[in-house]
Amino acid sequence: MEYFLQQLINGVTLGSIYGLIAIGYTMVYGIIGMINFAHGDVFMVGSVTAFLVVLGIGLTGGSGLLLILVALVLVAVIAMIVAAAYNWTIERLAYKPLRGSFRLAPLISAIGMSIVLQEFVRVNQEGRPKPVQPIVTGGYEIMRRVTESGEFIVKLTNMQILIIVSTLILMAVFTVLIQKTSLGRAQRACEQDQKMAALLGIDVDRTISVTFIMGAALAAFAGLMFFLYYGVTDFFVGFLAGIKAFTAAVLGGIGSLPGAMLGGLVIGLIETMWSAYFTVEYKDVAAFTVLIIVLIFMPQGLLGKPEVEKV
Amino acid sequence: MTAHDVAAPKTQGYDWTAIIKDLLGTALVSLLIMVPMVAYKSVITQYSLVLISRWFEVFVILGLILATRLAMHLFVWNRAPSPIHASAKPAGPAKATLADRIGPWVFPALVAFAVALPFIFHFERRPIDLGIYILTYVMLAWGLNIVVGLAGLLDLGYVAFYAVGAYAYALLSTVYFPYWFGDGIVPWAFYITLPIAGLLAACWGVILGFPVLRLRGDYLAIVTLAFGEIIRLVLINWFSFTNGPQGIEVPKATFFGLPFKAGPGGFADFFGIQHDRIYYYMFLYYVILMLALLTYFVTNRLRRLPIGRAWEALREDEIACRSLGINTTNTKLTAFAIGAMFGGFAGCFFATRQGFVSPESFVFIESAIILAIVVLGGLGSQIGIVFAAIAIMGSFEMFRELTVFQDYLPEGTDPVHFRMLAVGLAMVLMMRFRPRGFVTRRQPTVFLKERKAVSGDLVKEGHG
Repeated sequence: MEYFLQQLINGVTLGSIYGLIAIGYTMVYGIIGMINFAHGDVFMVGSVTAFLVVLGIGLTGGSGLLLILVALVLVAVIAMIVAAAYNWTIERLAYKPLRGSFRLAPLISAIGMSIVLQEFVRVNQEGRPKPVQPIVTGGYEIMRRVTESGEFIVKLTNMQILIIVSTLILMAVFTVLIQKTSLGRAQRACEQDQKMAALLGIDVDRTISVTFIMGAALAAFAGLMFFLYYGVTDFFVGFLAGIKAFTAAVLGGIGSLPGAMLGGLVIGLIETMWSAYFTVEYKDVAAFTVLIIVLIFMPQGLLGKPEVEKV
Repeated sequence: MTAHDVAAPKTQGYDWTAIIKDLLGTALVSLLIMVPMVAYKSVITQYSLVLISRWFEVFVILGLILATRLAMHLFVWNRAPSPIHASAKPAGPAKATLADRIGPWVFPALVAFAVALPFIFHFERRPIDLGIYILTYVMLAWGLNIVVGLAGLLDLGYVAFYAVGAYAYALLSTVYFPYWFGDGIVPWAFYITLPIAGLLAACWGVILGFPVLRLRGDYLAIVTLAFGEIIRLVLINWFSFTNGPQGIEVPKATFFGLPFKAGPGGFADFFGIQHDRIYYYMFLYYVILMLALLTYFVTNRLRRLPIGRAWEALREDEIACRSLGINTTNTKLTAFAIGAMFGGFAGCFFATRQGFVSPESFVFIESAIILAIVVLGGLGSQIGIVFAAIAIMGSFEMFRELTVFQDYLPEGTDPVHFRMLAVGLAMVLMMRFRPRGFVTRRQPTVFLKERKAVSGDLVKEGHG
């Protein structure tokens, strides 16, 4: 029971990160119907940028809690802006000119862009993983039980609280943005019918660009959290995290924002529970298998609308 | 595309406010992209992580970007829109051009060159090695071309079939054949395993193909990617079967039972010639050449069979296909199976050439490279693929030896790292500017009265 509770906490933390990345996939797919294959690498760019800024301002775990929080907000803002600039540029250079090209063109271009981002970061920052000392330390003991083999303590670390709380805040802000503002209305309109939206005076190109920027900002925040949680980042973290987040987006129903979050949580939990109760080595296999099963048996996902094929 | 633009006279003066605004915007975005990533490099020293600042490089690159952008504003984008008739695509059959006349001779010339290659280079080791390397990728790309270029199913896990072929040879020749038939079989293992590797890979192609039949383009791509990764992860983790990340040592191929070794009983001894290791590499070279040509001819014959025509019809429009009574299930499965089979052959060859297999050789990036070759070759054009393979794999080799730039690059940067960057950029630029590949002409397999070469521009999906 204690063990399960601990895994639940870990799984929700991981799931929050996946959910934040998944939103970028789901929004882009909803609006232009393509898989932004480079999105995982935008997450990586956010992560590496956050690492560079943390290193640059010399943030360590020794500072006061308030100072750390203020500094992290600063780091997050910088990482989000930089990742947004990347994703905006990618959309402009690699995807926008391909609208109306043949079906596979944007996906192939996105795969190329993914390679470009990875190698760009590798060339500039060396290939080796970058470790840092833990910055957000400490935590709370939730439960303690003494058994024959020793004590088992269920812990909720400050880092996990930070991830879960900030994810909730971001999600709330984001939902308001989509539901209540004119920008969100424009996005939903473009998602339903781009031609009609354009006829009604919505700047479709601008809306699509904004979608990429928003997705990138959330991914960059996830990148910061990922890097703080694991204490390490490199040029390759975007590949696996990207595929898992995509799985989350599909599982939740592609195009649906709450679905992306829900899917993220489910994938995070599956991965954690699989590592805890089965084999750690095959946790990625488990995630990929979920992806395949979901795509084949329920491509509309948990909260998505079934897609009707039209001629 | 500017190719059809006419050099029209400049219509009006430059709109300097707009240009300056645009340049400022470009500068802002470029700085955002470069400032953390290029301006500061994190280096792990013995005791700590330090940042090295490289502002000079940032400003050089920024200057270059702005200069290019300004030049584009002044000389390219300011042109008046070209008259409609100039940009209209020529409808109907293209006129006989130089390309038409030399077209039929390109492939025979390439084959003749490939056959003569060891003789042209005086039996040197290096060009033969490079030839083996490039031909392996030509074969893989031809195999993938069946799935992606002909049937229009984007497969991102092609390297899985390559892995199946390689591991089939590795495991059969080192473990199972000696166990079942005794050690005497080992010299012949390559010849026996080659078809088995192809068959196994084809089976895996069907196993993968069956569940993904219902999926559309993007989803199909992601599922195949996941499948490829699963195979690799299983190869890494199933230690008792595959020996995990350490890999397996594989016996070398023999010349129909004659090992390439010095002394009695060897290849040189049997033919009464001086022993030289180069014979082994020449043998490998001709084996892969034969395999690649086999792929080429089989694919070409298949394209003229009903199944090949069904593939191309499927690529153009699946719903139309179904309403015309084409069995899309069988069509997709055969495409997967036959594409995978050639991947398996290539994998078997790869194992014997390397003398060693490990999961490291079958990462996603390999699939991406093979896909890049197919894309650059023009999705469906077999000749195009040859040139694309030579361009990509040849440039890889060149990057390896590119010490010229060493002086200009920041310290500690290895030109080798730029090669994948170049491949990625090539894929993006290709989709942006020449989505039909460098070779856009297609020979139709069905025609009314006379054969006309069709430009790729006239085909719906950009390949035909």
